Amino acid sequence: MRREAPKSVADYTPLFFPALMLIVFFVVPFSTMIAVSFFKRNPSGFYTPDFVFDNYARFLSVFFGGVLGFSLMLAVLVAVCCVCIAFPFTYLLTRRPRRVQTLWLVGLLSVLSLSEVIIGFAWSTLFSRTAGITNLFVAIGLMDKPVALLPTFGAVLTGMVYQALPYTILVLYPALVRLDPTLLEAARTLGASPIRAFFNVVAPALRNTIVATLIMVFVFALGSYLLPQILGRPQHWTLSVLITDQAIYQSNMPFAAAMAVFLVLISLALVGLTLLVGRRENAL
Amino acid sequence: MPGLDINSITKKFGNFAAVDNVQLNVPHGTFVCLLGPSGCGKTTLLRMIAGLEEPTNGAIVLDGEDITPLPTHKRNLGMVFQSLALFPHLSVGDNIAYALRIRGASKEEQKKRVDELLSLIHLTGFADRPVAKLSGGQRQRVAIARALALSPKLFLLDEPLSALDAKLREAMQVELRQLQQRLGITTIVVTHDQREAMTMADLVVVMGHGKILQAAPPIEIYRKPADAFVADFIGITNLLPAEVDSTGRTTILGTAIPGLAMPAGQTKASVSVRPEDVHLGSPGGSAITGEVSFVRDLGGTIETFVDVGGTSIIAVTTPRERHDVPVGAKVGVTLPPASCVVLGA
Ligand SMILES: Nc1ncnc2c1ncn2[C@@H]1O[C@H](COP(=O)(O)OP(=O)(O)O)[C@@H](O)[C@H]1O
Ligand SMILES: [Mg+2]
Repeated sequence: MRREAPKSVADYTPLFFPALMLIVFFVVPFSTMIAVSFFKRNPSGFYTPDFVFDNYARFLSVFFGGVLGFSLMLAVLVAVCCVCIAFPFTYLLTRRPRRVQTLWLVGLLSVLSLSEVIIGFAWSTLFSRTAGITNLFVAIGLMDKPVALLPTFGAVLTGMVYQALPYTILVLYPALVRLDPTLLEAARTLGASPIRAFFNVVAPALRNTIVATLIMVFVFALGSYLLPQILGRPQHWTLSVLITDQAIYQSNMPFAAAMAVFLVLISLALVGLTLLVGRRENAL
Repeated sequence: MPGLDINSITKKFGNFAAVDNVQLNVPHGTFVCLLGPSGCGKTTLLRMIAGLEEPTNGAIVLDGEDITPLPTHKRNLGMVFQSLALFPHLSVGDNIAYALRIRGASKEEQKKRVDELLSLIHLTGFADRPVAKLSGGQRQRVAIARALALSPKLFLLDEPLSALDAKLREAMQVELRQLQQRLGITTIVVTHDQREAMTMADLVVVMGHGKILQAAPPIEIYRKPADAFVADFIGITNLLPAEVDSTGRTTILGTAIPGLAMPAGQTKASVSVRPEDVHLGSPGGSAITGEVSFVRDLGGTIETFVDVGGTSIIAVTTPRERHDVPVGAKVGVTLPPASCVVLGA
């Protein structure tokens, strides 16, 4: 491969398109948001340009701190649940014949086409007292009478895991397909039972993939704002719900922007920390 | 009875028999090479012995115990895979100690055994290296050490040297054979390289289309191949048509070979003559007359291709005994009857 330092402006042309995209779709909106977060709210109208820290100060309360903590906890939980379910599932899927794999992947892709709203209402029906799955349990004699399973934390978690699971599987799939199946067999010839071999060999060999997937699902789950409202109580609302609420219903753009900036910073910090810990362990 | 007995093992994938009713006895401490062309079922047979593949039929008996129903991890065997399958996230030492760790051996025990094995494979002091930092030959040896950590009853290797370059492969063949003799462990190696099999094995098992074609010591396989396939697969050979003529003499390419007898009642057969047994002399007399079509002078040996009425006969000589036969020269080819192996039809 030729590796020469670019000499003229023309040599930089391949960079123009990605740079333009990055500026238009990321730098400009994000800068606007940061700017707005320092503006002053105008109760009668929208906001007036200013440079005040009020929005951030208001955020630093026990209430918003609690919501932030809950949002992060929920996102972490969703990420862990998704990876715990998707990893063994995808692993077993990759051991099936090609045709079976294709069918499953097509099915999963079709789940991706469902919007958050449809997923939310489907689960709220499933968890309802009148038409939910508990009626099924009653019918087969597992329960005495149907109960409502929502609004609960469990319902929120289920809905969000359901929504993120296809992404998780599709991200894990390529790495697992490429995994050398003889690694597991080697562990078995060395005296490890199949389950032990899986945890000893397959999981550590794919550690980086797992960490990357956890981060992806975590970020994905942080942005979810419909499911907590449809399936949970107000105490299960995430920061994204509050941001939407402030931005759209309370017309308080500066405060919504401040919360969004804060959420981004905290998430970035967490992701950075995860990568740092991963790097340190790798070095050992 | 100590040793490995493979009793009428069959493995079918759908309707296709990858291993077809294979019967083999391997006495304790024997070095066996499974030899055959690609796709003939060698790996499948080895994997059934390891328990990684379930036989459709038949049983595998180790030291008198039927191990067919045992899962792989209870079979007490060591296996080296074609891909080596070293654990990428573990160091050399941890790779080798893996089986001991599974068994719950103490840290000191593990370390002692790892050091022992590392010195056995001439890699003392490599315990803390990541496996990614090793050369091909070193990885190979680590995979061998890892498989031997628990002193298994059976040592199985699937084309273990195929990823190495020619020089290193030859050296590793000798090393592997010496290691096996020192440990006295029953070993089965899959290979498609006949030279490798001849170097290492006590018993060569030639397979074709899922069946065993011949199982014998290497020199016997070379000298007395059971059929044309084996003769052709093991080394280079001249496969020539032999016929009994009207006067009852056996002829090859129209020339009578006194002293070569055909099996009773047979008038046609294939005869295998190794190139080093073919004598080249001056044309005429009782020799088969042909014309030199090509000479491959390799320095150490000289291969002379002689064309006899469209059939090519290869003769191998050393420079010391070389006749000066340029391409185009007429030569007489003599086939010593004792070196002619009459093969089944
Ligand atoms: N899991 C499998 N499913 C279907 N066919 C297989 C499978 N494993 C091996 N085979 C077939 O069995 C035959 C023997 O394979 P193998 O034992 O790997 O051959 P070798 O190791 O001698 O090259 C091949 O034709 C191969 O295509
Ligand atoms: Mg093979």
